[in-house]
Amino acid sequence: MFIQINEVNKQYNDKENQPVDVLKEINLSIDKGQFVSILGPSGCGKSTLLSIVAGLTKTTSGQILIDGKTISKPGKDRGMVFQQAALFPWLTVMENVTFPLKKEMKKKVAETSALKYLQMVQLGKYLSHYPHELSGGMQQRVAIARALAMNPETLLMDEPFGALDEQTRSRLHLQLENIWMETKKTILFVTHSISESIKLSDRIIVMGTKPGTILQDITVDIPRPREEYKKEILEIEDHIMSYLKKEIDKVVSEELEYANSH
Amino acid sequence: MQTAIKRMIFFAAIIAFWELGSRMELWHPLIFPSLSSVFSALAEGLQDKTLIYDLIASFKRLAVGLAISLVIGTLIGILLGKSKTADDTLGAVILALQSVPSIVWLPIAIMWFGLNEKAVIFVTILGGTFVMALNMRTGIKNVSPLYIKAAQTMGANGIDLFIRVIFPASIPYVVTGSRLAWAFAWRALMAGELLSTGPGLGYTLRYASDFGRMDIVIGVMIIIGAIGMIVDQLIFQRIEKSVIKKWGLES
Repeated sequence: MFIQINEVNKQYNDKENQPVDVLKEINLSIDKGQFVSILGPSGCGKSTLLSIVAGLTKTTSGQILIDGKTISKPGKDRGMVFQQAALFPWLTVMENVTFPLKKEMKKKVAETSALKYLQMVQLGKYLSHYPHELSGGMQQRVAIARALAMNPETLLMDEPFGALDEQTRSRLHLQLENIWMETKKTILFVTHSISESIKLSDRIIVMGTKPGTILQDITVDIPRPREEYKKEILEIEDHIMSYLKKEIDKVVSEELEYANSH
Repeated sequence: MQTAIKRMIFFAAIIAFWELGSRMELWHPLIFPSLSSVFSALAEGLQDKTLIYDLIASFKRLAVGLAISLVIGTLIGILLGKSKTADDTLGAVILALQSVPSIVWLPIAIMWFGLNEKAVIFVTILGGTFVMALNMRTGIKNVSPLYIKAAQTMGANGIDLFIRVIFPASIPYVVTGSRLAWAFAWRALMAGELLSTGPGLGYTLRYASDFGRMDIVIGVMIIIGAIGMIVDQLIFQRIEKSVIKKWGLES
């Protein structure tokens, strides 16, 4: 097992100082090189779980092991891509991508490596542009190149395409699939889109809300590229939907309750 | 275009009223001199270089005072932005001091440094420091947590994180702070010079007033205003605009 999530619990205190369970007894093992989606409605703690793996959030109890080592803080072995590109606006595309490499290698070497990944996301011609000169989709591609540039074993992606339009999203799906096949990274991909998770991943972890728990672990066994297998995709979609239906109803009824009580 | 025409007509009307009013002796030249006499006073001052020397003297003090106030203000601002304890204690004092006009410090400055240039520079420094500190503090506090998280996942932490991410991310506030610090320091300097010694624009202003040279008084006032406007519009507002664009803060 490459990534091992053992008995992870996460609580936080609400306004009345009452503990609220965000994640409850999460256990998960992920093989090296696997593309795993974490799928669930908003509020299921999927982003929190990813943030814990990244080392940005502490667990209340339980631990996470990567390659046998316990995770306690962020590290370059785990590259992270956020929903917003989080590029530094005062740096050019090239400077953004070489940001994580500055300390450990000479500028020339860093730039050669950065260029490789920028070409992988087809942005080799935008090296001296600033982030504000790029579209949202291009910015997100730079962010992916930046995470890849430090050559991490694991790529953590928190709804990376959530803020993009449909066409851009499907283009980036293809690119990400190619990058994954080329680089053999282990990818943890958080999303709330069922079709996105089926399109991309080997395995889908379906999560439920209140508290955040793992409902189902689904293996997606459809050959790639997957566009041609519409029937199989639909089958898995229905399968996942049967689990999520209850969760979505739960969220909706809670929202209605909240609306009525205010 | 419309605005430009309106402005031109407006200023032409004021200038015409001013010059005609003086010539028709609607008011005494000692109360308000004519435009042409102001111009000739300015020309005279430029020719015998007294105004040039005044300008250089004032700018020297401003450069020293503003530079020191920007450095101190930045350091205090960083301290307030990073340390909650400092913000709760020193921060409250800075906020209170910010509302004290810096010229109020002149009597105490004269006691400490004597009636000389140092006292004026001290007042200029105080003029810029607090506003710079408060802007720097806001800048540090407003850095997007996303930038910090992203940098942490890329191995940055501690002082490295500050220098490479937190400080550059707060540059828009540094620019605004500098612009306000310049404006406050410029006002403080003029007030300080008016009340202490020369050479300098402020000193010449009082000197001319003492001798009843209203044409020089108005002339120097025009210079002071023009410099303020030029530096603000041509330098600071341009920098601010380009920074806002680059940092993606345009609304």
